[in-house]
Amino acid sequence: MLAYLVRRAAYGVLVVFGVLMLLFALFFGVTKPDDIARRAIGEKAMPSVIAQWKKNHGYDRPLWPGAGHLTDNLLVDHFRKMLTFDFGRSDADDTPIINRIKDGAGPSLSLTLPEFTCGIGLGLIIALFLAFFRETYIDRAGLVLGVLGMSVSVLLYIIGGQFLIGKLLRWFPISGFDSSWLVRPRFLMLPVIVGIAAYLGSDTRFYRTLFVEEIHRDYVRTARAKGAGEIRVMARHVLRNALIPILTGIVISVPTLFMGSLLLENAFGIPGLGSLTVDAITGNDFATLRAIVFIGSLLLVGGQILTDITYTLADPRIRLE
Amino acid sequence: MAALLSSHITANAVVGLLLLGALWVARFVRRNRLWRDAFTQIARRRPLALAVCALYVSLGLIDSVAWIGGGDTGGDAVASHQPRSLLDRAFGTSRERSYSAPLARAEFYGQRPLAHPGKHLLGTDVLGRDVLFVTLKGARIALLIGGLTSLISIPLALFFGVLAGYFGKWLDDAIFFLMSVLASVPGILLLIALIMALGKSTLSVCLALGVTGWVGFCRIARGEAMKLRELDYVHAARALGVPEVRIILRHILPNLIHLIVITFVLTFSSQVLSEAVLSWINIGVDGSWGQMIAQAKDELARDPIVWWNIAGAGGGLFGLLLAINMVGDAVRDVLDPRTSKENL
Amino acid sequence: MALLEVRELTTSFPSERGRVPVVDGVSFEIRAGEVLALVGESGSGKSVSAFSVMRLVPKPGHVDRGKVVFGGRDLLTLSVPEMRAVRGHSISMIFQEPMTCLNPVLRVGDQVVEAIQLHEPVSRAAARARTLELFKKVGIPDPQERLDAYPHQLSGGLKQRVMIAMALSAQPKLLIADEPTTALDVTIQAQILELLRELQRDFGSAILLITHDLGVVNELADRIAVMYAGAIAEQGTREEVLGAPSHPYTQGLLRAMPALVKRGERLNEIPGVVPRPSDWPKGCHFCTRCPRAFEPCPDITPSETVLSPTHSVYCHAVARDLKGSPS
Repeated sequence: MLAYLVRRAAYGVLVVFGVLMLLFALFFGVTKPDDIARRAIGEKAMPSVIAQWKKNHGYDRPLWPGAGHLTDNLLVDHFRKMLTFDFGRSDADDTPIINRIKDGAGPSLSLTLPEFTCGIGLGLIIALFLAFFRETYIDRAGLVLGVLGMSVSVLLYIIGGQFLIGKLLRWFPISGFDSSWLVRPRFLMLPVIVGIAAYLGSDTRFYRTLFVEEIHRDYVRTARAKGAGEIRVMARHVLRNALIPILTGIVISVPTLFMGSLLLENAFGIPGLGSLTVDAITGNDFATLRAIVFIGSLLLVGGQILTDITYTLADPRIRLE
Repeated sequence: MAALLSSHITANAVVGLLLLGALWVARFVRRNRLWRDAFTQIARRRPLALAVCALYVSLGLIDSVAWIGGGDTGGDAVASHQPRSLLDRAFGTSRERSYSAPLARAEFYGQRPLAHPGKHLLGTDVLGRDVLFVTLKGARIALLIGGLTSLISIPLALFFGVLAGYFGKWLDDAIFFLMSVLASVPGILLLIALIMALGKSTLSVCLALGVTGWVGFCRIARGEAMKLRELDYVHAARALGVPEVRIILRHILPNLIHLIVITFVLTFSSQVLSEAVLSWINIGVDGSWGQMIAQAKDELARDPIVWWNIAGAGGGLFGLLLAINMVGDAVRDVLDPRTSKENL
Repeated sequence: MALLEVRELTTSFPSERGRVPVVDGVSFEIRAGEVLALVGESGSGKSVSAFSVMRLVPKPGHVDRGKVVFGGRDLLTLSVPEMRAVRGHSISMIFQEPMTCLNPVLRVGDQVVEAIQLHEPVSRAAARARTLELFKKVGIPDPQERLDAYPHQLSGGLKQRVMIAMALSAQPKLLIADEPTTALDVTIQAQILELLRELQRDFGSAILLITHDLGVVNELADRIAVMYAGAIAEQGTREEVLGAPSHPYTQGLLRAMPALVKRGERLNEIPGVVPRPSDWPKGCHFCTRCPRAFEPCPDITPSETVLSPTHSVYCHAVARDLKGSPS
């Protein structure tokens, strides 16, 4: 088990290096420092101004390692800085990126955590319910609602939610945020509701499929032949087995909860990492984007390793091999 | 290059190719009993959804066939030298100055009489364009996003997946590493990174969607190739000395077609939805329904509300996605070997 | 007085041509303590008959009509909780595929404990002790350790022994064994059959043994019922059915055994293939392949022709031979 963990972590490190290479190719290769400079200060800027900007932002070195500059080049720089979280300053407004990231994590998490947990909980409960009543009118109605819900873009949920609940019913404010933990829930309710509603349809259908697949397995027939009732069958046998794939699907998303939701934060004015990303896009702030994508990847790789571990622990067939 | 790609002649040529391709597929399906049965079953389960998809495809085709000249442009000199599609010509020139409600006779703000009163079924937007017209044009964009990106991602996935699964060893390790790296960047962030690097244009959006989309199917193709490689008749073919390429083309690939069909239909809707999200943050495709919705997001906050933009784009998007999802369900039920029922 | 009496059992499934019976008017009975082998090819409806008795027919199939009388009650009319009390307690069932019949994430000991606790208010410790005894009785080596094993850690034969232990935990009056040895190696098959015979003697349970293997039948059965395409063709004691088969299908089956044919000679076969349930003839289901088929066969379902107190056949030709007129 330990050997597996070490191997898995080592591969993860390799992947992170691969991601860094990819980022380098995209942000220094496909888009050259000249382009970045031009996008920051204007297309028609004079070469001397561009050169100065590049110098200020540390872009004025050669791209690859070569004679005379084995370590003083953008590639090594990129790796070194990213791995030490030395993100430098924003290309757009010169503020330290690491501070903006630290400030953004909290608000993002206060949105994504409740949305994630309640969304999954609700999805599981409804899916269990539908699986219990499979092939009846209840199930069919649930499936129809599910496919209808899936076909509506999340954008429409956002706009609709803001209009219906924010403007017409006036239950919650349309957007905004507050740093105080007492006031914050008011502003978070609407985005959380919208976030849950937008994905409830597809999540429920997915879980239901897993449950129904398990229900048709032979060991469920054995349980019934023993005299077990439907509720016990669902709870003790079906759920236990279906939870394995469900859990692994959940665990992988947990670390990336820090990254927030681009759409929801942008639409509801929540100053999290999602908003930071959107700002970086509009401001052509490549330095910030690099940092965000890197951190996102780190978190995702962490999630993948966590998933493998969870899967190994949860499924006795794998754990005891 | 970009000019060639966006030229109307290329578009016309692509439409022609698509039609020819569709005819070839229809002939193949008619001859092959298994596929004919599959198609009949799908058509029997979801006739309405298939019809709706056909409708959207027709709309897209109508807007793709374009040529310069002819027709009345109402004195707009620039327009008469630009390629205009069948759809453009059907709507002619029906611009107003700004907003107007559906079937209204006067402008929304200011009550000035319209140039074409009562003719705008879905009103006009902030630039005075007929909303129904803009909505219908969005169909072609949506089909482009869903279809073209799949045209990029599926062959890529097949190429790498089959290579990795069939040949194994270091090739498999290398491709698996590549897949892992791409899969380790959160989807939306990878899309953003690619688009920012390539420049914000329609082509880069399609490329980005294609590049981020191929990993999922690649895994499946790799798994299947690994399974198929071990089948007895593949062993026999190799023992007989059949060249590997031929084995792949004749034995491996045909057994992946049903998975290709399922994947194509299922990823279509997710691509369209992804593009909508990209439009919201201003790096989407021009003229898409996502962009319409993004531009109209503040309109519901006004008093009185302007609802027809969102209704048009939202309705178009919903209709297409619902139809695709339903057809996708039927396709998966019929083609997925795990869910096919027994014959009594 | 029969322990289990099945009368005119009919179970159907939906198909493209509407609802189609897979078990069509089947009748048989089992006496206390005896082994009845229900023999037939795949698709003859023998498993579905067993599921129908247990009321475990998978949806969308269901029992259309018939009576299943057990202990004085018609099982088909019981309420769901009443039926649940019967399952695993008075009637138990073991299945064909031991590999997939146990819950992979629960320890095997716990699964047997569950079977015990579903029908008796005993503590977990007491149930575990009982399980240990059962494991010993069914011949599982290292039973104490095996209590906490997971299914994937056991071989096919061991898993089937666990299933048997689970089924016998409440000392049922009837054990239904659906092809219990088909998925096992030949040597393990013999062991499991030997085990079943032993346990049947010790516990006194009756066994409804479903199989397509005449060798298994010969080992274990007291009486045999031969099924073809959803209907019973012939039933009687082992000696009667194997020694003096009357139904053309039974005769064809026995003649087809490779052991009877000399080297180099062509094997005896029954010409044709088993028809799909939607293609069954209105009358006798075997008539399309029967060498003795005549006028009434395609349209009239043969009724029971009694050859002896224990031996009966469902065949017009045999009836005609006996009484001079078709049944």
